[in-house]
Amino acid sequence: MTTEMILVGLAGVLAAAAPVIFAVIGETISERAGVINLSMNGTILLSAMASFGVAVTTDNLLLGFLMGMFVGALVALVIAFGNITLRQSQVAIGFVLALICRDLSDFLGNPFVGQPGPRLPFAPIAGLADIPVIGTLFFRQDLMTYASYLFIILAWVFVYKTRPGLMLQGIGEKPAAAFVRGANVNRMRYFYTILGGAIIGLAGPTFSLSVKAGWKGTLSGLDGIGWIALAITIFGGWNPLRAAFGAYLFAFLQWLGLVLQPSLPGVPSQVLQVAPFPLMILTLLLVNIGNAEWVGRTLAALPEPTRRFIARGLRAMRASPPAALGVPFESE
Amino acid sequence: MKVELRGIHKYFGKNHANDDINLTIPSGTIQGILGENGAGKSTLMKILSGYFHADQGEILLDGKPVKIASPAAALQAGVGMLHQDPLDFPPMRIIDNFLLRTSGDFFPNRKHAAQDINLLMKEFGFSLDPESYVDSLTVGERQQLEIMRLLFLGARVFILDEPTTGISAAQKAKLFETLKKFPEQAITAIFVSHKLEDVEKLCDRVAVLRQGKLVGQMEREQGKPFDNKKLVKMMFGKEAPLAPRQAYSQEGSVLRLNDVSVEDARLKIRNVNFEARAGEVIGLAGMEGSGQGVFLRACAGLIRTVGGTVQVKEKDLTGKSYHVYKNNGVEFLPAARLEEGLVPGLSLTEHFQLAEKAEGLFIKQDVGVKLAQERIAAFNIKGTPVSAVESLSGGNQQRALLSLLRTPLSLVLIEHPTRGLDIESVIYIWSKLKERCKQGSAILFMSSDLDEILQYSDRILVFFNGKVSQPLDAEKTSVAKLGEMIGGRGWQEEPTA
Repeated sequence: MTTEMILVGLAGVLAAAAPVIFAVIGETISERAGVINLSMNGTILLSAMASFGVAVTTDNLLLGFLMGMFVGALVALVIAFGNITLRQSQVAIGFVLALICRDLSDFLGNPFVGQPGPRLPFAPIAGLADIPVIGTLFFRQDLMTYASYLFIILAWVFVYKTRPGLMLQGIGEKPAAAFVRGANVNRMRYFYTILGGAIIGLAGPTFSLSVKAGWKGTLSGLDGIGWIALAITIFGGWNPLRAAFGAYLFAFLQWLGLVLQPSLPGVPSQVLQVAPFPLMILTLLLVNIGNAEWVGRTLAALPEPTRRFIARGLRAMRASPPAALGVPFESE
Repeated sequence: MKVELRGIHKYFGKNHANDDINLTIPSGTIQGILGENGAGKSTLMKILSGYFHADQGEILLDGKPVKIASPAAALQAGVGMLHQDPLDFPPMRIIDNFLLRTSGDFFPNRKHAAQDINLLMKEFGFSLDPESYVDSLTVGERQQLEIMRLLFLGARVFILDEPTTGISAAQKAKLFETLKKFPEQAITAIFVSHKLEDVEKLCDRVAVLRQGKLVGQMEREQGKPFDNKKLVKMMFGKEAPLAPRQAYSQEGSVLRLNDVSVEDARLKIRNVNFEARAGEVIGLAGMEGSGQGVFLRACAGLIRTVGGTVQVKEKDLTGKSYHVYKNNGVEFLPAARLEEGLVPGLSLTEHFQLAEKAEGLFIKQDVGVKLAQERIAAFNIKGTPVSAVESLSGGNQQRALLSLLRTPLSLVLIEHPTRGLDIESVIYIWSKLKERCKQGSAILFMSSDLDEILQYSDRILVFFNGKVSQPLDAEKTSVAKLGEMIGGRGWQEEPTA
């Protein structure tokens, strides 16, 4: 394999990860506010179908993407209403929505199956695209891939560097304390759930109008990605940067499976296809190893400076969920 | 800031939680509010801090009537509340806790904020690193953080809800020192407590609530302490005398530790030799995290010892699990009653059914209810067999935990037996524990309340940074001596930090 081929392959990884990035960023924002959007798998399928349908019918890509966001926001609104207003279980509502949306996409999408549709064009960025290596990797992509880079940075800056972002962390962590600080917890939860849903809704059209253009019903190969994105959100420790890293890792492992297949004829192809999943679990375990009690005890035997160094490293890697994730808030 | 409460009424259904409360607190004073659990203190404070709205009555700040719609509005009017469980964000940094609010720049200036925080800390003699994480702080330090944050946001009236619960004696001293600086800045402090001695030490004035009514007020006369007896009488409607010291120490070893070493991630306890006799009460004193908690859990088999042997009634249980300890008559009562001790969502009856040895597959409902009724009566629990445990007050939860203990027992290990309870419950719970001693159980307990340790223990072990003192005779030591020792001073040999 030439260097050029590898670079193009890796650029493909970045593009393939884009929809997963939208999904994990949207989910991260929603969960930071304390609301789990478990419908993600269904939302992605439904928004992929609906946006493809709109784009085919109107021949307008922008309307297609807007449709995707609208579908995502609508599903999130149902979850927010069910949980925040009606105080029902987020898990039950989200799970049922995941199933309903998947079946809806299959049923409503029938007329569009196999139809030729528009596709987001490549848009190399003049100047940047000609930089050796970096240009090929990052700047010969389509608009949504660029948007995915931007979303990662914006989401990270928002959550950690801005005042509303701190408040977002607060309402998911300890809503009672956020309430005392003047936040309208439930209104903000509505807002961020719907915003997160709209961003998740971008994942669908990014598939159906770009990465895996077209709509083939259940054969579109999108089913299941939402569940993986959910796992990546957790693996990412509710931090947009880490979640993005997880999405890239996942896309990279999948690509690696494809690339390695010819050179490993002894290994059944299924093994390589499935390998990313257990590898993700393993990574998850490794980053959270600092939580285990025996690790702390083992470390205690080390000399103090070494112990503190390792402990600090583990602490930086460790992630705990927003303490009020999934818990409705009542201001007494 | 002067605070006036006029004719405050608050009903919860039929329960008249606040009944015509009239209270005027002059600017720059420390006002104590005393009362049993359920006397209406919390309700009144929640009205002042915007959580509840009074059904009748008005609130005046500096003579102006104000409507307090929410906790945030209260703070804007100058009223800040320090909650028993600090309302901060443990996984975030101290500085983020300051910056987290609804008004201010979109991109907060962290450098300025850090400077402001450091300045404020200097003024009050605190030393916390603005960049450190809140979950690495002790409860006392988290209080300091909240006090600073409220000052930072311009609070002129501080409501402190049971602030001395769960903090060490040294931190309590520090807290009081801080509060005593308030009057010179014309800041008013309202100190809600059921601990007489705290109010005694700190407050200029006291108001006592009982069953929703303001039953009396007292002002400190220059240099004179409050009339304790009168206060107790006001709180309970009768005098509640402390039981005289009683020792039930008997022959026979219940717990013997030979060269026991225990460690966790932060500290190591080395080579402890100790023996507890039947009927003895051993108090474990020390600042939070000095090793007494680890030690207690090691005695219960909840933490594995790394060296030495543990014998319960001459039987070697070294390295065995809690289950084996339990079968040998050891019981452990955790401080987090609702998290570790009881099962929220289950009724009292169901708890007794779970605790007793089961016969057959199905639950015998009538037997369970009968048992529950007996125990509820025997332990004076305010609740019914069908009450869910989380609906009980703290004191009643602790009584429920005690009532679940089996008989006979060799050893009872208790973390903070009376944390957050009112005097009446404290006395009651200790009388029940002493009954256990009479039957031959030994009790080991840890507490941050040195008075409690001194009052109820026969012997005391002091912990400092993982080092364990020789057993001290409770009758021959004093709070001052204990206070020094838990701070690391006055040891026969200097403890190595």
